[in-house]
Amino acid sequence: MIPTAFEYHAPKTLEEALRLVERHGDEAKLLAGGHSLLPLMKLRLAAPRFVIDLGRLRGMSYIREENGRIVIGALTTHAEVEASALLRSKCPLLPETAAEIGDIQVRNRGTLGGSLAHADPAADYPAAILALEAEIVVASTSGTRTIAAHDFFVDMLTTQLRPGEILTQVCFPPLGPRTGTAYCKLHQPASGFAIVGVAARVTAQGSGKIEAVAVGLTGVGPKAYRAEAVEKALHGKKATPKLLADAARHAAQHVDPLSDLHASAEYRREMAAVFTRRALERALARAQGKKA
Amino acid sequence: MATATRYIGKPMKRKEDPRLIQGLGHYVDDLQLAGMHYVGIIRSPYAHARIRSVDTSKARTAPGVAAVFTGEDLRGAIGPVPCAAQLPDMKMALRPVLALEKVRFVGEPVAAVVAADRYAARDAVDLVEVDYEPLTPVVNPEKALAKGAPLLYEEFKDNVAYRWELEGGDLKKAFKQADKVIRQRLLNQRLIPMAMEPRGVVADYKRGEKQLTVWSSTQIPHLLRTQLAAMLGLPEYSVRVITPEVGGGFGSKLNVYAEEALAGYLAMKLGKPMKWIESRRENFLATIHGRDQIDDVEVGVKRDGTVLGLRCKVIADLGAYYQLLTPLIPTLTGLMISGCYKIPAVRVEITGVFTNKMATDAYRGAGRPEATYIIERLMDLVAAELKKDPAEVRRKNFPQAKEFPFATPTGLSYDSGGYDKCLDLALKKANYKKLRQEQAKLRKQGRYLGIGLSTYVEICGVGPSSAMPAGGWESATVRVEPTGKVNILTGSSPHGQGQETSFAQVGAEVLGLDPDDVQVTHGDTAIVPYGIGTFGSRATAVGGTAVYKSLLKLRDKLALIAGHILGEDPQKLLFGEHKIFSKSAAKKSVSFAEAVGAAYVAKTLPPGMEPGLEATTFFEPSNFTYPFGAHVCVVQVDAETGDVKLQKYVAVDDCGNVLNPLLVDGQIHGGIVQAAGQALLEEAVYDDQGQLITGELMDYAIPRAADIPWIETDRTVSPSPVNPLGVKGVGEAGTIGATPALINAVVDALAPFGVRHVDLPVKRERVWHLMRKPRRAK
Repeated sequence: MIPTAFEYHAPKTLEEALRLVERHGDEAKLLAGGHSLLPLMKLRLAAPRFVIDLGRLRGMSYIREENGRIVIGALTTHAEVEASALLRSKCPLLPETAAEIGDIQVRNRGTLGGSLAHADPAADYPAAILALEAEIVVASTSGTRTIAAHDFFVDMLTTQLRPGEILTQVCFPPLGPRTGTAYCKLHQPASGFAIVGVAARVTAQGSGKIEAVAVGLTGVGPKAYRAEAVEKALHGKKATPKLLADAARHAAQHVDPLSDLHASAEYRREMAAVFTRRALERALARAQGKKA
Repeated sequence: MATATRYIGKPMKRKEDPRLIQGLGHYVDDLQLAGMHYVGIIRSPYAHARIRSVDTSKARTAPGVAAVFTGEDLRGAIGPVPCAAQLPDMKMALRPVLALEKVRFVGEPVAAVVAADRYAARDAVDLVEVDYEPLTPVVNPEKALAKGAPLLYEEFKDNVAYRWELEGGDLKKAFKQADKVIRQRLLNQRLIPMAMEPRGVVADYKRGEKQLTVWSSTQIPHLLRTQLAAMLGLPEYSVRVITPEVGGGFGSKLNVYAEEALAGYLAMKLGKPMKWIESRRENFLATIHGRDQIDDVEVGVKRDGTVLGLRCKVIADLGAYYQLLTPLIPTLTGLMISGCYKIPAVRVEITGVFTNKMATDAYRGAGRPEATYIIERLMDLVAAELKKDPAEVRRKNFPQAKEFPFATPTGLSYDSGGYDKCLDLALKKANYKKLRQEQAKLRKQGRYLGIGLSTYVEICGVGPSSAMPAGGWESATVRVEPTGKVNILTGSSPHGQGQETSFAQVGAEVLGLDPDDVQVTHGDTAIVPYGIGTFGSRATAVGGTAVYKSLLKLRDKLALIAGHILGEDPQKLLFGEHKIFSKSAAKKSVSFAEAVGAAYVAKTLPPGMEPGLEATTFFEPSNFTYPFGAHVCVVQVDAETGDVKLQKYVAVDDCGNVLNPLLVDGQIHGGIVQAAGQALLEEAVYDDQGQLITGELMDYAIPRAADIPWIETDRTVSPSPVNPLGVKGVGEAGTIGATPALINAVVDALAPFGVRHVDLPVKRERVWHLMRKPRRAK
C-alpha cells in the first residue's frame, strides 16, 4: 500500500487523542482497525494529512456489565465480541453479528467503534445496534454525550458524530426473559458485506403473543434503519408463520433500496423481506426456548 | 513403467512446501539491490482517447524522481509488445510499450516515472499530466462488428482482427439426416486470472559486462529472454532471465509484458537497478484476461441421441491489442469443439474482434474450457430435448476404447482413452441413481437439487513443435555431481505444479537413490538449457520426458562404468539403495557414489569413455496428449434467494500414468475451485465507457474455501503412447471439466421452472428471477 504522505500520531490517552482531533479538524482521520480507512488511502480516495491512530489508547477495549447494563469499549475487536462469554450469555445477537463480518483477519483487526463511526451502509453492526436499542457514547474535549442508536445513523457514511468527537462506548441493557435474537444476512459474494442484514429481537409469551419486537436492517438503503412497519404489524399479536411472513413484507417500506452490480433495488427489497422473516422466525424460536 | 516402483506413483509430499509454508520463499519483490530505483506507470483513465500531449514537468522536478519517460521518448527505442501467434489474414496490431498517439484500454501504460523509492514513484505518477481527447469506446464485441462502429485502428477499416474457419466431415448431410436441430447461444464471460502474486520485475544492467539480468514473475523465462533481447536490440547472451518463486500464473504469466521490457530499458538507460511491482488494481486492469466468447451453436441429432453434426460461430473478444498468444486461444476452442464424442461433421467459424478492453490470452485451459462448455451444455440440451438421461446421451456418442487413437473431424488424434469406464466410475462413486431419486423426492417438498454431469477431453503436453508458435519440445540436463548427488536442470519453469518433487521422484527411481538426493533446478536462463516453459499442462509430459531420457542416458553410462569395475555385463546391472548390483550374484555391487567418483576421477573408466556425468535431452513429442474425465456434482438452489450452494463434487480423471497422486489431486482440486469461480462468481464487467467496474477484490468475487465442499477424486489410467512415462498432464483438467458440470447442475435444478439454460456466471438474482417467473413448477 502506497498512500499519500501523512503525519502519524499515536496518542496514549483519550484526552491526548481528543486534543489532536480538535487541533487538526477536517484534515485528520482516526485510525482504529483500519479496515475501512486503509483501503481508501491505498486507492488514494482518502488522503488525510494527519492520521491519528487510536490503537495505543489504553482502556478502550472491554466488554463488561456496569449498573445493570452491558458496556463495550469502542476499540473492542469483532473477534473479541464474537468470543465474549458475557455477550454470548446476555446478548448473543452481537456475537452472532460479529461472526458474520468479513473474515478472521478482518475480525481480528476491525473494531466495533470504527465500524459504527464509519457507517458503511452495508456494515453488519448497525442492524444489531438498532435492534438492541443501544446507546452510543461519544467524547470531545468539552465532555461526553450519549446518542440513541436510532438517531445515530444519518446517511451513507454519515453519523451524528460532530467534528472533534470520538466514539468511545456502546451500551445497552441485557436481554430480558422470553427474549430471542437473530442476525440473518445475505453476503455480497466478493466483499462479504451485507446485501441485506437483518437483526431481530423478539420477546414473546408462552402463548406466542409478541410483547416486544425490534428489527434493524442494514445493506438495503443508504443507512441502517429500524423496520417500524414490521414491528407495528407484529406488536401484541400472536405469532404465526403467516403473521411473520406478512409483517416481513414491510421490511423495506419507505426505503429507496440501493442498486449495484451485485443486487438490484428490486432484489434488495425482496431479500429484505425474506431475511426479515428468517430473522424473526429464528428470534421467536429462541425466545420460546427452541433451538434455532 | 509397468514394473513395481519405489517412488514413481507414490504420494510424496511436496519438497517445495516447507520453504513456502515457513515464509522462506523468495519472490521478485523480496529482491533488494544496492541503488534500486522504482518504476511507476501512468495509465490511461480512458478506454479510447487520443493523446494530445503529456506534461511531465511537475513529475520531473518532484523530490526523489530520477526520470520520466513518455511514449514519444521511447519511440524506436523498444520494439513492440510481441505476439507469437500468426494466423492467416490476421491484422497486425502493434502495441508500443508506452502508448503513442492513442490509448485503447483503461490501464494502458502512457508514461513511466523512475524514483529512488517507491513512495516517490507513486506520488510522481499523479503529477504527470496527460491531455486526452476522449473518443467513443467500443466495449461490446457485437457492437464492434456493426457497421459504423468506432474504430480502434482507423487503418484497418473495421474492428475484425481475423477470421478463422475449420470444417471436417459432411455437414450438409449431417443436418439433412438429423431428426432435430437444437440451437443455443452461450456466453463465456471474461475472467481475470488473479494470481495471488501480481506481476513484478527487477532489472539490473552491468555496463562493463554488457549484461542485463531480469528477474520476473513469469512462466516462460527462456521465451521472455528471447523476446526481451529482440525488443531491446541485445544479443541473447547479454540477457539473463531469472524466475524466483512465482505466486501463481494460471496462464497470465505465460506472456511478455510491456513493463518487463520497460524495466530492462530503464535499467540500461539510467544505469540503476529497476523494480516494478504491480499493484492489485493494475493486475485487474493490465494483466491479461481470459475467455470472453459469444458462441452460437447448433447440433443436428437423431432421435436416439446420436449427434450427427455441429456448427459453431464464435465471436472472440480479443481486447485492444494482442499479447503473446491472444489470437491463437479461440482456435483451440475450434480444435476441441467435438469434445469426447464421435461427431462426424463439424464447422467452426471464429471472428476475433478488437474492443477497448485489456487483451485476452491464455487463462487456465485457454480455449479448451470454452469448447468443453459448449459441447457439454449441448449434450444436456440434447438430453433435455429428447427427454433422455444426460449420462445416456453422452454414452451414446462416446468412441469405444478400441477406436483409439481416435481421429476427430477437427484433425486431431486422441492418443488413448476409455470414456465409458471413466463415466461409469464417476456415476457409481456419486451414487447417481440414488441422487436422482433424492432429487425427485425433494422437488415434491419445494427443494431444488440439481445434478450436473460433464465428460471432457482436453489437450495436454503441448507440443509437437509443428503445432506451436514457438517450439513444442522441452529440454533437460541431468548432472550427477562428483559426490553422487543429482541435479536436474529443466527447461520447464514450474511455479506451483510441484515438479521439484515429481522430477526428483523420477530421478530417484531411475538411479536407485532417494528423492532427497535429487535437486530440481529451474527458472534461470544462465543455468538451465533453453526451454519452452510451463503452460498447457506440458511440464510433466514433455519436460518430464526430457528429464527421464537424460536420466536413462546417465544410467546407461553408469552401468558401463560399474560393469567395468565389477567385471559384469552392464546390461544385467540393477540400480537400487544407492548401489549398482548384478542380478546374478547380488553381493557383487559397487556403490553409486563409487561409480560416480570413477566417472570424475577418470582413472578406471572403460576404454574410450568420456569422463563426467551429464546428459541433455531435447524431447520433441509426436503428438499432444489427451487426458479426459467425468465429473458429477450436486447443487442446491435456495428458491427464495436464488443462492446456489455446491453440495457434492465427484471427479474421476484420467491423466495417464501418475507420478505423484498428491500433486494430481492438488491440481484437480485447484482446477475445480477455479471452475467454480467461473461458473458461480467471477465476471470482469466493463461499463459502456470501458471502465472496469469489477476492478477490485471488493467487487470481483473469487471462490473461497468455505464455498467448496469436499471433492472426491478418483482415476482411471489410460497411459499415453506419446511418451515413455505414459503421462498426460493434469494442470488444467479440473478447470476444463468442472465449469459445465456446475452449470449443468444449476440448469438441472431449475428444470421444474422450464429453464433450459443459464448463462455464466450463475448470479443469484438471475436464478431468483427464473424461479419467480409464472410458476410452472411441477
